[in-house]
Amino acid sequence: MPDSVMQNSFHLDAVPIRLERCGKTFAGGARALEPLDLTIRGGETIVFLGPSGCGKTTTLRIIAGLESPDAGGRVLFGEEDVTALPIERRNVGMVFQSYALFPNMTVTENVAYGLKVRKIARADRARRVEEMLDLMHLGEFAGRRIDQLSGGQRQRVALARALVVRPRVLLLDEPLTALDAKLRDSLRLEIDRLLRGLGITAVYVTHDQGEAMALGDRIVVMAKGRVAQVGTPREIYYQPADGFVADFIGTMNRLGGVSRGGTLSIGSATLPWTGPDGRVELLVRPEDLALAGEADGHLDGTVAAAVFLGDRTRLVVEPADGPALTVDAAGRSELGRGDRVWLRVDPARLLAVP
Amino acid sequence: MAMQNLSNRRGWGFWLQLGFTLLVCALLTVPMVMSMLAGLTANYFVGLKSGLTLRWVDEVLRVYSGTILLSLQIAFACLASTLLLGVPAAYALARRPGRFARLVEEMLMMPVAIPGLATALALIVTYGGVGDLRSSWLFILIGHVLFTLPFMVRAVLAVMGSIDLTTLEEGAASLGAGFPRRFFTVVLPNCRSGILAGSLMVLTLSVGEFNLTWLLHTPLTKTLPVGLADSYASLRIEIGSAYTLVFFLMIVPSLILMQGLAKRGRPSV
Ligand SMILES: Nc1ncnc2c1ncn2[C@@H]1O[C@H](COP(=O)(O)OP(=O)(O)O)[C@@H](O)[C@H]1O
Ligand SMILES: [Mg+2]
Repeated sequence: MPDSVMQNSFHLDAVPIRLERCGKTFAGGARALEPLDLTIRGGETIVFLGPSGCGKTTTLRIIAGLESPDAGGRVLFGEEDVTALPIERRNVGMVFQSYALFPNMTVTENVAYGLKVRKIARADRARRVEEMLDLMHLGEFAGRRIDQLSGGQRQRVALARALVVRPRVLLLDEPLTALDAKLRDSLRLEIDRLLRGLGITAVYVTHDQGEAMALGDRIVVMAKGRVAQVGTPREIYYQPADGFVADFIGTMNRLGGVSRGGTLSIGSATLPWTGPDGRVELLVRPEDLALAGEADGHLDGTVAAAVFLGDRTRLVVEPADGPALTVDAAGRSELGRGDRVWLRVDPARLLAVP
Repeated sequence: MAMQNLSNRRGWGFWLQLGFTLLVCALLTVPMVMSMLAGLTANYFVGLKSGLTLRWVDEVLRVYSGTILLSLQIAFACLASTLLLGVPAAYALARRPGRFARLVEEMLMMPVAIPGLATALALIVTYGGVGDLRSSWLFILIGHVLFTLPFMVRAVLAVMGSIDLTTLEEGAASLGAGFPRRFFTVVLPNCRSGILAGSLMVLTLSVGEFNLTWLLHTPLTKTLPVGLADSYASLRIEIGSAYTLVFFLMIVPSLILMQGLAKRGRPSV
């Protein structure tokens, strides 16, 4: 990617966005979004992540101006209150899952559309379109019709079309969901480089946690119209706010334990622990459980399944009581179904979740 | 030998069907061809032996040019009206997918189901006394618009339903386009095939419309089909036939275009 081009003419303003008490109740009384407060920093890429139907698109459309929040809600771009402005007057760039490219126009005409609307002079327009097509590696497709492009090419045209007008904010609603897995990875990398290079404020909606972790400066995890947690990918991964977030992001094991007088009993082991006395539900990532010998192990169980993944072998271990645990062993591990194993737990890595 | 194989493979059912289809086609086309040929023969009762001539066609064009021009005038005025009324109506119906919209859609089909004569009578009873409307060609135009509008709406609606119009418009709006620009640069161009199909349908129907027009016309506002009926009733058969020929030549091009459109199908999105 030509860095000079990106830094010189395509560095965009970094406008912060603030949502104040933005809720959404659709006609018919369905509450799609509980009132939400959120500040998105200028230049930040924020990802809305959650299962289908949790209100991600609704939130994005409120930011875009395609839906208005319920009474009392406000949307601010920088200092400007844009709540009452329709989308065409907000100067946002939008990328849709279904591309929404104009089938009656060529690639060039699609990309030039926003510039024409803004009455940019022909020569200037042509130059900016060409620059943008080069940036998105679309130069050779300039004269094609949209139905002559692959899915990945279409989504790159959609990005080019949204960015060429230098929007204040870039909004992307599941832009990779319609693509096949391999294309998804390469386009995700391209989007990542683009967003970092442009310095634009971007809001990205997805139900794919891998995409969210890779792209987001911060992730907003949503569930049933509510924000479950806002944080960096690391915070979300290592300090999930609740069981829902923990289960939604990555793989999480659950352990039952009993806390009593500064110690924690798990299986046959007793570990140092601070917390109120009583039964506790503990969460631990597979990579924080280690295979151990009989002497230094805390828990024992039987291998129920072993999946060879090359660099590692993923084991599902069934302890004497409690739910099955997922653990990673070395790739060359010979462990298989029915083998008895011992696991060690690092108490510093255990999470007690309300 | 090959023939034997073919008929064995196809079975007698195929040949029966083919024969039946050809018979129906012949039933439909033979009278038309005969009629048009009659318009070119010097004397119908003597037959083709009397020789071919353009004399009758010439006479029709001389005597009936008024009806031909009026028919074209009404057809194009009708097209303009149905475009102005029908395309926005289809757009409104397409953008509001509710029970009310479906109801309106059904109601738009009503004039097709009601016999033309009944519609014409209703028009005369209701508007016959308004100014000079009864003796104006505009009276016929109103009838034709009522009759053809649903065809325009249906054709445009079919295409609008097959593309994701809402998202296309949202895309345009996100790029700063207000409603008028979105409508003319995105909505209309992407519905072009439906608008074209509807237009050809309206032209064809209007040029050939007889039921309504026969009741609505006055001696000074005779359209081609009405003139045709008159000429068959009162003049030499050759003139009526030549008239049919002229009528046919006017309508066939648009019929062929319509077929072509249908074959090309909807635009891929
Ligand atoms: N236009 C609408 N009318 C009524 N309900 C809607 C509308 N759009 C979305 N919803 C509902 O609001 C909820 C949230 O939808 P959405 O924001 O699209 O979820 P997500 O993008 O996270 O999958 C869903 O239950 C959905 O059915
Ligand atoms: Mg969605």
